[in-house]
Amino acid sequence: MLNIKILGSGCANCKRLEQIARKVVTDNNMEAEFEKVMDFPEIMKYGVMSTPGLVVNGKVVSSGRIPSEGEVSAWIKAA
Amino acid sequence: MTQLIPPSAQARKINWKLFLLLVGIIAVWVLAYNYIQPLANWITYGLLKLGEGSQLGESLAFFLYDVPKILLLLSGMIFLISILRTFFSPERTRALLGGKREGVGNVLAALLGIVTPFCSCSAVPLFIGFVESGIPLGVTFSFLVAAPTINEVAVVLLFGLFGWKIAGLYVVTGLIIAILAGIFIGRLHLESSVEDFVWQIHSGTVAESEHLTWANRLMRAWQSVKEIVGKVWLYVLVGIAVGAAIHGYVPESALAGIMGKQAWWSVPAAVLLGVPLYFNAAGVIPIVSALMEKGASLGTVLAFMMSVVGLSLPEMIILRRVLKPKLLGIFIGILTVAFIITGYLFNLILV
Repeated sequence: MLNIKILGSGCANCKRLEQIARKVVTDNNMEAEFEKVMDFPEIMKYGVMSTPGLVVNGKVVSSGRIPSEGEVSAWIKAA
Repeated sequence: MTQLIPPSAQARKINWKLFLLLVGIIAVWVLAYNYIQPLANWITYGLLKLGEGSQLGESLAFFLYDVPKILLLLSGMIFLISILRTFFSPERTRALLGGKREGVGNVLAALLGIVTPFCSCSAVPLFIGFVESGIPLGVTFSFLVAAPTINEVAVVLLFGLFGWKIAGLYVVTGLIIAILAGIFIGRLHLESSVEDFVWQIHSGTVAESEHLTWANRLMRAWQSVKEIVGKVWLYVLVGIAVGAAIHGYVPESALAGIMGKQAWWSVPAAVLLGVPLYFNAAGVIPIVSALMEKGASLGTVLAFMMSVVGLSLPEMIILRRVLKPKLLGIFIGILTVAFIITGYLFNLILV
């Protein structure tokens, strides 16, 4: 099963990113496990310096911005 | 139909469309920008038949001219700045700063602070990422002062309402303060005043920077225009409305006594007042521009704007997570003093 992590300390952008990711997963009829990583030492382990970050199956796919639904969809399908 | 076109040709077709769209948008932008003034005057004095020189007429013409002008300028300039910013990222900036000596490092950090995409909500991971990779504390602070102070919305508003000279003065002063404050903090050797957990973090390898096409860059720039303008347009509107009222109704030089050069206490008062006003930077600048017409002096006004934009309460609260109270206090203290000195200096040298 897909594992999707949202890196960020609960800012507005992190919530929007999570909404987009959840919508894309539902639209593609997929199932995924969502995790919110809010702890800074934990976030830094991914080498991300600007939040929100998106991690799909352990791989950082974007950081510091809110990607579009199309981009998220492509990453999820490639994972 | 699309299947028949090979991928490269299809990409070229999309690029063509994008290019034409861009040219069209620029043409409309230039046209609109040049017709704001006559249109504002026509609505006020022609359509609504308000007397030229009347208080209401003056205010309304000012408002109808400034609102579209500022919103157009904001959209256009943020689009250009955002394209530039797609070439930078915090990760790349960190790599550029790695191994630089103090001094050179401080100058470079302040300059990179202008172009690196930065949101105060990411100040903590950015701080940890810098410090942990061995960038000196002072160099990191030069970045942390420049990035929020020389911010695109503030600079564009200053350019639109005060002209390029004052906008330039603001940018150069901001850079100098960022460089000097960073060098000063570096000399104090306050590494022990960074929260201990920061030194224990070992971050993972940096995610590879992705390859972006020009189409990607333009789309991202467009998205950040929507995001930023969507966030600030209401403040700009309210700010200009208040500014327009001041423009039309407050008598000339009414403020010389309290915000002019003669009032020595006005500079520190302006700086202290500016700290809690962060979120309204977009609304504050139009008001301040109207105040200047009525006798407020430039030094006081610049000091006020720097403290509104550069010293924000929410950012300080976020930074408290990585800085012990002593270092945070020193940081705020240095900036406050620097802004006050800036205010006095400009009041002294500018007529």
